Amino acid sequence: MIKVEQLRVRFGDNEVVKGVSIHVPAGGSFGIVGESGSGKSTVLRALSGLNDAWTGNITIDGQSVGPRRNRAFFQKVQMVFQDPYGSLHPRQTIDRILSEPLLVHGIGDIERRIETALAEVALPSAARFRYPHQLSGGQRQRVAIARALIAEPEILLLDEPTSALDVSVQAEILNLLADLRERRQLTYILVSHNLAVVSHLCPTVGVMLGGQMVEVISAEDLRAGKTQHPHTSELRALSVGLEEPA
Amino acid sequence: MSAAFSQAWLLDETPASRSQAAWGRRYRAWLDLRSNPLAMIGLVVVVAFVILSLAAPLLATHDPGVQNLTNRLAKPSVAHWLGTDELGRDIYSRILYGGRVTLGMVIAVVLLVAPLGLAVGCIAGYSGGAVDRILMRVTDVFLAFPRLILALAFVAALKPGVESAVLAIALTAWPPYARLARAETMTVRNSDFIAACRLTGAPAGRIVLRHIAPLCVPSLVVRITLDMSSIIITAASLGFLGMGAQPPSPEWGAMIATAKRFIFEQWWVPTIPGLAIFMASLAFNFLGDGLRDVLDPKQR
Amino acid sequence: MLVDIQNLRVSFATRTGTFEAVRGVSFKIGTEKLGIVGESGSGKSLTARALMRLLPPNARIDADRLNFDGTDILKADERTMRGIRGKRAGFILQDPKYSLNPVMTIGRQVAESWRQHKGGSRKQALEAAVDLLDQVRIRDPRRVCDLYPHEVSGGMGQRVMIAMMLAPDPALLIADEPTSALDATVQAEILRLMEDLVSKRGMGLILISHDLPLVSHFCDRVAVMYAGHVMEELSAGTLAQAKHPYTKGLLNCLPSLTHPKPRLPVLTRDAAWLQS
Repeated sequence: MIKVEQLRVRFGDNEVVKGVSIHVPAGGSFGIVGESGSGKSTVLRALSGLNDAWTGNITIDGQSVGPRRNRAFFQKVQMVFQDPYGSLHPRQTIDRILSEPLLVHGIGDIERRIETALAEVALPSAARFRYPHQLSGGQRQRVAIARALIAEPEILLLDEPTSALDVSVQAEILNLLADLRERRQLTYILVSHNLAVVSHLCPTVGVMLGGQMVEVISAEDLRAGKTQHPHTSELRALSVGLEEPA
Repeated sequence: MSAAFSQAWLLDETPASRSQAAWGRRYRAWLDLRSNPLAMIGLVVVVAFVILSLAAPLLATHDPGVQNLTNRLAKPSVAHWLGTDELGRDIYSRILYGGRVTLGMVIAVVLLVAPLGLAVGCIAGYSGGAVDRILMRVTDVFLAFPRLILALAFVAALKPGVESAVLAIALTAWPPYARLARAETMTVRNSDFIAACRLTGAPAGRIVLRHIAPLCVPSLVVRITLDMSSIIITAASLGFLGMGAQPPSPEWGAMIATAKRFIFEQWWVPTIPGLAIFMASLAFNFLGDGLRDVLDPKQR
Repeated sequence: MLVDIQNLRVSFATRTGTFEAVRGVSFKIGTEKLGIVGESGSGKSLTARALMRLLPPNARIDADRLNFDGTDILKADERTMRGIRGKRAGFILQDPKYSLNPVMTIGRQVAESWRQHKGGSRKQALEAAVDLLDQVRIRDPRRVCDLYPHEVSGGMGQRVMIAMMLAPDPALLIADEPTSALDATVQAEILRLMEDLVSKRGMGLILISHDLPLVSHFCDRVAVMYAGHVMEELSAGTLAQAKHPYTKGLLNCLPSLTHPKPRLPVLTRDAAWLQS
């Protein structure tokens, strides 16, 4: 479904992604972990079409895509951002935010689709004509997910979707994402700094360090501690250390 | 819609329709504005001036153009509430009709300037690169001209009159709005919600028009109300220099200009239009300050 | 007793009435490490800010007792408070980017804060600054002295903040989400450093965080807050034996690397928690 080969991204003289390759089958879910500056979000932005200064090959659903994307691409690939406070237009009602993708793609039946989309992410229909600042962080992230899904994409790119949320809300959102993937047969790429979150949602995990993907490991091997690269081992040790009682 | 526009309907935390949500937001802004006494004074004065000017034919006691040389430079009296000018014309009636000219010029300038500045600023800020550089250098060129001098040159090149004064002021007034709109656009351009808009596949024009421009409007409105006073004064200055509205048209600035020689003996003749300018400018400033508190999210 | 809080309440006057954000919080701290854990809106930050009286003007503080190192905070005048803030109690915030002056070198900032409290010449202050940076385990402190805040990483910035706070030898350190903006590898180092310094200097520490497992690793005791109340206070080692359903819920809903759960249990809140 998603095939990325030798992806390189540079900002000025600084190469932040140095030849990353990712393969995700249809309905699969791939996790990328790394620390800040490792280039993990940059990979996602290049994939989504937000960043066009990249070289390499990106193939989505058998079709090679260039730096400029057409409308059909955006109907197939959508993204959810980290900060639910910043990713919703502050002056638009939830209704307006959700109808925007439908208007752009010329999809009709707006009323019913918005109602369904709200129900699907378990938001009350009373939220429909409210503004983002009238909702809680978790509710906003649900709106962002609803917006991403309303034009029925096949691929969802998730950029730290729960790291700005409280842990109890994080659990709800992670459950929601798991349910949606199953129901709609979605393909996910999840970027996070949290090893536990990534391995919860993704059977395959790529570890990034300094713009390179230093290891691709199955979630089971990661749990079992069968890591190859020292950075993976370090991240795993920190994560496990916190889970064990003090 | 029988319950429409009741207070409970407006303040409902969970509106049931698009229009209810929009009206609720407007009503909250109005409540905020109402709690600011200075802004309310400004608003009342501005509205009063507009109503007085619009109703000038009903309220005026005399024809503003009729001269009566036997009764020139008269003191305020029952017959002439604010006295008469050097040609014996009723000052009260001239102030009312003058409001039409002066405020009309101001509104015309704003209608020309605001959309132009907004468009240039938003397009420059969102496009970036060469488009941004070209548009901003053009803006700089206009910004570098001394405002009154350019207006003077412009009026001199065309024929003196209200229309050319409006054009001249508009031509020199738009660059600050373009800069403001550009700065606002730059702050939201890289935000996640604009990124999300781009990811819907929306064309750039739609993003600028539907998502970015509405965010720039509040600060632009505030800036314009604060600039109203300086537009009034520029209009009056052009009138004062004989480049704006032409006599016998009763424009406030022109009224001061022609009456300036009487300031010591018959002080009310130039002072009354001066007071009108002063009050209108101050009212716009108060209103602008209040609007900033209500509309500008950064101030909160 | 360094800090003695009894029945602290913080409320805000809003257009629609008063909103109570902290509703009767009590705890005591000696020379030990207390973690305050809670989700956003639980009132954990406000509790610590109320202790330093660092609240917006529309906030109201009520308490049966609010003492810091023998001073009654409720009755203290502004001058006494200035003597406490930054001198006897240091405050470390989440993001060092916003707490450091961007146009002043790190060395000068640390030296200034040392001189403010200790006096002495510029030269002495600079020596003291180097020493302080060394204490927060910055390698090559002399080189770092000449750098500007934007030239250092987030972790280094947070070390500098800690060094500045240590300059006046405070009795208490309050750290509000000090590592939330940092990477996991750096986060552990900073917390270990704070833990070390606090025990070595015999200070008290209030560590405010949303991360329950993290806090329990670095504190002696943990107070779990929810909706302005302390739900439960327990010693850090006994986290696994937490009794309160809220604490248990918080721990359960975390995804785990070592013990995968097919579905995360969701925290159900109970209005009865707020009764007692």
